[in-house]
Amino acid sequence: MIYGKTMIHTESLKFEYPDSSFHLSIAHFAVKAGEKVAVVGPSGSGKTTLLNLLAGILTPMAGSIQVGETAVSDLHDAGRRDFRIRNIGFVFQDFELLDYLSILDNILNSYRITDALKLTGEVRQRAIHLSNQMGIADHLKRHPGELSQGEKQRAAICRALLPNPDLILADEATGNLDPDNKTRILDLLFESVAAHGSTLVAVTHDHELLPRFDRVIDFQDFRTGGTS
Amino acid sequence: MIDSLYLAWQYIRFNRIKTIILVTSITLIAVLPLSLEILLSESERQLLARAESTPLLVGAKGSALDLAMNSLYFDDEVPELMTMAAANRIYDTELALPIPLYVRFQTRGHPIVGTTFDYFDFRGLTIEKGQSLTLLGDCVLGAKIAVELGLEPGESLVSSPENLFDLAGVYPLKMRVVGVLAPSHSADDLAAFVDLKTAWVIQGLGHGHQDVTRTRDRSVILKREGGNVAANAKLFHYTEIDAENLDSFHFHGDTSIYPVTAVIAVPHDDKSGTLLRGRYLNSEDLEQIIQPAEVIDGLLQNIFRIRTVLDAVIAIVGLATILTMILVFTLSLRLRQREIQTIFKLGCRKATIARMLSAEIVIILLASSLLCAVAIGVVDGYAEELVRSLLVG
Repeated sequence: MIYGKTMIHTESLKFEYPDSSFHLSIAHFAVKAGEKVAVVGPSGSGKTTLLNLLAGILTPMAGSIQVGETAVSDLHDAGRRDFRIRNIGFVFQDFELLDYLSILDNILNSYRITDALKLTGEVRQRAIHLSNQMGIADHLKRHPGELSQGEKQRAAICRALLPNPDLILADEATGNLDPDNKTRILDLLFESVAAHGSTLVAVTHDHELLPRFDRVIDFQDFRTGGTS
Repeated sequence: MIDSLYLAWQYIRFNRIKTIILVTSITLIAVLPLSLEILLSESERQLLARAESTPLLVGAKGSALDLAMNSLYFDDEVPELMTMAAANRIYDTELALPIPLYVRFQTRGHPIVGTTFDYFDFRGLTIEKGQSLTLLGDCVLGAKIAVELGLEPGESLVSSPENLFDLAGVYPLKMRVVGVLAPSHSADDLAAFVDLKTAWVIQGLGHGHQDVTRTRDRSVILKREGGNVAANAKLFHYTEIDAENLDSFHFHGDTSIYPVTAVIAVPHDDKSGTLLRGRYLNSEDLEQIIQPAEVIDGLLQNIFRIRTVLDAVIAIVGLATILTMILVFTLSLRLRQREIQTIFKLGCRKATIARMLSAEIVIILLASSLLCAVAIGVVDGYAEELVRSLLVG
């Protein structure tokens, strides 16, 4: 990762949900490689929608999205999925772990559900190493239902970091956690981002955490015509 | 595909109770009609086997079915009676070996079969314990009745009265158990065999009583005329035949007019059988000759018409179950929307998600098929014994 280069660049981005009055319109949005950006704003302002657009989960109705060298908005569904799974680690607010899989299988799940990633012994070792770093190595054979909220979120972060993504999108990654766990999880996330030289865009409501980010974007102002 | 199977297997393992219920339901839906089909086929085979091994049956005109059921399976519905003359008539034709049967009386809920030695040879019945019939009053038990009643050679068995309220009826006869037959897995296992004459004694046609010419009890004698003595009901009748009173047992009149329920006719060859059947074509004949296989086959055809209805019911229930399962699966897909959404968000294609769900169905169907095969194997393996126990008791 070359620091200072643009990792995310969007222009004239527009999005609407069908059968909903919600619409998102962002004139310009850019994040540099290696940057740690916090996105704050009221609920329903479109923060999660932006992350989903950047990850290629949603398709913009107009405008362009560039992540690294790839014009994500120009890719077809399959291309966006492959790009996402190879280059973007997504930490969901509700962890999005599958109840019926063990924690290790959840961490490795991206490798099982697509041909874009190949599950090797080296990947398994890396998963174990990551879980060790996150302090959940003892829980790898257990199921999400047996873990605390903090442990589940650490497992979700392991899953997001495992493919060594260039970009990590975290949607309220610490929203469900108590203060102790919140700090610990964020420490781990920052350490991992630093270790891999990844770019981090994190949506958060927690203003105490904001000083730890390189830049903070108030989404309310930002949507009404502001740029980063 | 291997990863899809792996994930499907993990889902199934995690939801093992739901899976077991689903697999059991599918298995039962498949096993029930198949098992029924096997058991019905086996019962058809066993019923026909007994009938097919009995070439011809002669009995009084009346219900051919009653005649066949009574003579083959010792059914308690007694057909019209005929006389021993019918057996003599067959004997005189020299076309077949006649084996008379008198299946009318019972002992402790089991049939008493009055017959001759030829019956044992004809059915291939052998004595496992004790000996064969030698004296009047002897009886040989089928393998199962001996076990059920807990009787061994040397013990005794009393015939049941035909009607408890008939005060003038015959006395029960205490019979000596002299032998037990080897199991034959047929109706013979549940019968008590006696000589034809013993059966007539049970009916009262043959009897033994105190010698009226020697009795000193005048109150017994009604009238003396020359050598004839008339006695009243006070005269003591023996209810057990033993060495001491054996000689006192006698039959009044010509035994050729004594009753039998049927005569098994074993023709010497096919031609003899055809000729013998021809002898009974006269409509004025008091007897009929039947081929038990035809009668039983006709019965089975009627009974197994129910199978069509049963098959239709099972098919409807099966269809309803399949539709319910489709509904359950569709609803479970709704319940699993979030999980599917998660996998999709992680980067999974819709085709891969469909493959994973299909893999789950395949695993469930495979497990059901395997269980079904095992269950059918067990039913098939035990069908003969099971049907035999249902038919024979």
